[in-house]
Amino acid sequence: MLNPKLKLNPKLFNSDVEQVPIRKGFGEGFLKAGEINENVVGLCADLTESTFMNLFADKFPKRFVQVGVAEQNLVTVASGMAAMGKIPFCSSYAMFSPGRNWEQIRTTISYNDRKVIIVGSHGGVSVGADGGTHQALEDIALMRVIPNMDVISPCDAIEAKKATLRLVENTKPAYLRLVREKTPIITTEETPFEIGKAEIYWMPDVGLAQVGIIITGSLMHRSLLSAKELEDEGIKTKVMNLSSIKPIDVNAIIALAKECKAIVTVEEHQIAGGMGSAVAEVLAQNFPVPIEFIGVQDKFGQSGTPDELIEHYGMGKNSIKEAVRKALGRKI
Amino acid sequence: MFLSEEKVIELKKKANDIRISIIEMLVEAKSGHTAGPLGMADIFTFFYFHILKHDPKNPAWDERDRLVLSNGHICPVLYATMAHAGYLPIEELKTLRKFGTRLQGHPHREYLPYIENSSGPLGSGLSQAVGMALSDRIDGKDKDRFIYCFMSDGELDEGNTWEAIMLAGKNKLRNLIAIVDRNNIQIEGYTEDVMPLEPLHSKLKAFNFHVIEVSGHDFRSLNEVVEEAQEVSDKPTIIIAHTIPGKGVKEFEKDYKWHGKAPSKEEGENALKELRLIRF
Repeated sequence: MLNPKLKLNPKLFNSDVEQVPIRKGFGEGFLKAGEINENVVGLCADLTESTFMNLFADKFPKRFVQVGVAEQNLVTVASGMAAMGKIPFCSSYAMFSPGRNWEQIRTTISYNDRKVIIVGSHGGVSVGADGGTHQALEDIALMRVIPNMDVISPCDAIEAKKATLRLVENTKPAYLRLVREKTPIITTEETPFEIGKAEIYWMPDVGLAQVGIIITGSLMHRSLLSAKELEDEGIKTKVMNLSSIKPIDVNAIIALAKECKAIVTVEEHQIAGGMGSAVAEVLAQNFPVPIEFIGVQDKFGQSGTPDELIEHYGMGKNSIKEAVRKALGRKI
Repeated sequence: MFLSEEKVIELKKKANDIRISIIEMLVEAKSGHTAGPLGMADIFTFFYFHILKHDPKNPAWDERDRLVLSNGHICPVLYATMAHAGYLPIEELKTLRKFGTRLQGHPHREYLPYIENSSGPLGSGLSQAVGMALSDRIDGKDKDRFIYCFMSDGELDEGNTWEAIMLAGKNKLRNLIAIVDRNNIQIEGYTEDVMPLEPLHSKLKAFNFHVIEVSGHDFRSLNEVVEEAQEVSDKPTIIIAHTIPGKGVKEFEKDYKWHGKAPSKEEGENALKELRLIRF
């Protein structure tokens, strides 16, 4: 059942569940952040509407900097603004920022300890028709490896809005990963969100779970549907939302592994270096259990519809269910 | 700012002291860059002891001018100048590049918080200065102070630098003054062989900068061009400062081989002898 304490969207299993792009949640949150805090500034590299930063830019034109198609400048100018007390958010597609400007982020933001929030939209294959060049599948790995850098990957638009507002108050530089396509609304305004804290969204009605599913980002709805259908098969699972990949909720992950003794991780990202790898790092050191990884298997994306691509690259509902059965079979 | 004859002599002496410190540091460290720091010693001296609005006793003073060093590898001149200005003990200069030092091989704010930025990888300093200048514009402080950026000619090879130049020109950042150390060398050779930059003056002008050229070793001329830059009301300024890499030590001057290496003990002793003989 859905965790009743978290006040999740009661209609999320309906066929007509409301769907909103996760990036839109950022846009709305960022507008609100601008209203609350006058030090918040926005920078964009010619993708203001695509990243929904236009909501902020239209209302606060003097606090918005259009840098043109220049992602290296995007983050380094933001570093300079942070040095003067501003709280800069810079948005582009994840493939270009942090894809193209990684060293500048490392040196002038993290190493330099300037609080800048890098907003990378269009993560994952669900970008769709634009094809592999525009589908960021390596960005979580790129960003979580940098010291002094938090990494947040919200599961829906409402969580993206909350994360954006939290990042204004956060003390560290951060990467906020967003997704282009409309994504089912999972949470409500009342659902808790805290940087560094994982939450259990699905749990057995009674008794212990047999497999723990840990997900980050856009595949939450598919994961919850998988959990529900597995329950009908008699397999009890817990589904954890790990939107805060760094800092990572070590205690919650260990507790889930201790209960289930088998884990499946789910993300729209390369398996190498992503959220699943972060979970494996925690468990290998603390409580080793079998882990199955759902993600892209060392491949580039291509053109197609989001659904076609998610199925093709083995991240659909059936793949998640199969991974759960496999993890169950590997339990010692 | 008025520059008296006495002050010019004082600056010359100070710059020579800083060059002596640079050689001592590099010999002790056994690695590091020699040509750039010696070449920029006059400009650093001129700014820290004549131009900059700053307070070594209160480095975090909010109203200070900002000086962004983009090409972090010339940090021996930054550290030596800061020590002579009173930011840190001169004795500490000998810790350059050693384990536990505040004086990292390339500047790191976490270790030396008095500096405005960490640097090393080339081409990102001007962007940070642009960000600072933009912030002051947003806050209506762009007439209260200047954002200076010291950068190398070699890093004009970097696309990031030209991205910053475009944005500064677009926004007419009158509070931004960049000084390019035009010493014509980079690590693998002469700039015009490795990657030609000329005609640099007209290129920068075409990007909507006010461009001035000056000798980087003449305090009177430096004073005139900085005054001119401060008066420009509708554009950012780039001062192309023609410098002699390795300036002050004949053996090191104008030879790109001294870009990235430190003098040996013997070479250092000879250099110090030469610098100590200079009379003002």
